[in-house]
Amino acid sequence: MTSLALAYLGAGLGAGMAVIGVGLGIGKLAAAAMEGSARQPTAVGDIRTSMIIAAALIEGATLFAIVVCLLLAIKA
Amino acid sequence: MTVTAALLALGLALGSSDTHGAVPAGTAPQLGAPAEHAAAPAAQGGGHGGGHEASLPEVMMHHVANGYVLELPGICDGFHWNCEVDLRQLFGTQLDAAGKLSGPLVFAGGKLDMTPSKHVVMMWLAALLLLGLLLLVVVPRRSVVPRGVYNFFELLVQFVRDIAISNIGKRDADRFVPYLASAFFFILFMNLLGLVPFMATATANVSVTVGLALFTFLVTQYAAVKAQGVGGYLAHLTGGVPRSLAWLWPIMIPVEILGLFTKPFALTIRLFANMVAGHFVILALLGLIFAISVFVAPVSIALALAIFLLELFVAFVQAYIFTMLSALFIGAGLVHHGHGEGHAEHDQAHHASDVAGNAPGHG
Repeated sequence: MTSLALAYLGAGLGAGMAVIGVGLGIGKLAAAAMEGSARQPTAVGDIRTSMIIAAALIEGATLFAIVVCLLLAIKA
Repeated sequence: MTVTAALLALGLALGSSDTHGAVPAGTAPQLGAPAEHAAAPAAQGGGHGGGHEASLPEVMMHHVANGYVLELPGICDGFHWNCEVDLRQLFGTQLDAAGKLSGPLVFAGGKLDMTPSKHVVMMWLAALLLLGLLLLVVVPRRSVVPRGVYNFFELLVQFVRDIAISNIGKRDADRFVPYLASAFFFILFMNLLGLVPFMATATANVSVTVGLALFTFLVTQYAAVKAQGVGGYLAHLTGGVPRSLAWLWPIMIPVEILGLFTKPFALTIRLFANMVAGHFVILALLGLIFAISVFVAPVSIALALAIFLLELFVAFVQAYIFTMLSALFIGAGLVHHGHGEGHAEHDQAHHASDVAGNAPGHG
């Protein structure tokens, strides 16, 4: 396999794995937020704000991986 | 908006078969082939004709990356949808055959090129919009009771002030609200400008986000040094390891210094990647129309519209996250100050007079 092909392969696999990671992470976060909201409906506003902040932070880490994959795919 | 995007895409698909004189656009390496665009989402600029085929990644990079060609709406000769302003021609920068730059805005013998690029112009535009807002809405204010647009922006400034108070503490928050409000509004306006047709996202440029993170870093260190004194600041670089274990310091201090830089680095990458990713996905979805077939256009445009709305949300969220994390880092630097005003709990324990107005999380 040429290095070009490996770069594209790496980009594709990397993007897929990044999405698995963020899906699991934010899914767990959303589950906890749902449960917390169900247990304490008065705290729904605060929980929602914290959830959005945490989701943005997790997504930031994932997008770092996506940027690396994009660099591989575009520069290749 | 969907109809506009559909018509744009259809027009471009039909228009790409014409041949026009190739534009002598800047030969900056960041510019992809400035040829016919394979994708022109409603969020980005229009397309323009060109001489040769451009691959989809090149077109996507051309839309997202920095360049020296500003696209403006209008009918200019040779193009279908837009006029182009070559900033290099405008400011007189020339690129000679050897690849060397010269001109009134090029310094250090061709090495430092200060010609404004597209993203720099977008930053200016965001700054001008903010200044205009200030001069038109805030300065002519005649009554203490807020009205109209002023009311709306007071809401946003109050929001930033709440972020500052909950992260920095009631005592020092007002010292840092000017910086945090500037960061919040500037990033917000830059993010939102990127969603307007014919404009670009300045925050999709890593240099811009590095600059913003650098300012946060400087403000954080300044706040820490001011609160703890230079001696106290250096003492905290040992990471809490006592003098009795001083042999650990050569390991701790480089690690702590490195740790000082990871937080601004994360701020940079988070903002940059979020902004780039949104545009990339929209461009990729619309590029599918050209890569697969024109009949996927309805689905493609609907998905691109959904991602566009998500991007609108992300624009606000990323500005908020940047500001909140900056406030958090500033507060963390101040926490070692004598009375520990980084935490609302500390305030309640130490300052009985503050208890009345200092519930956690509320200013």
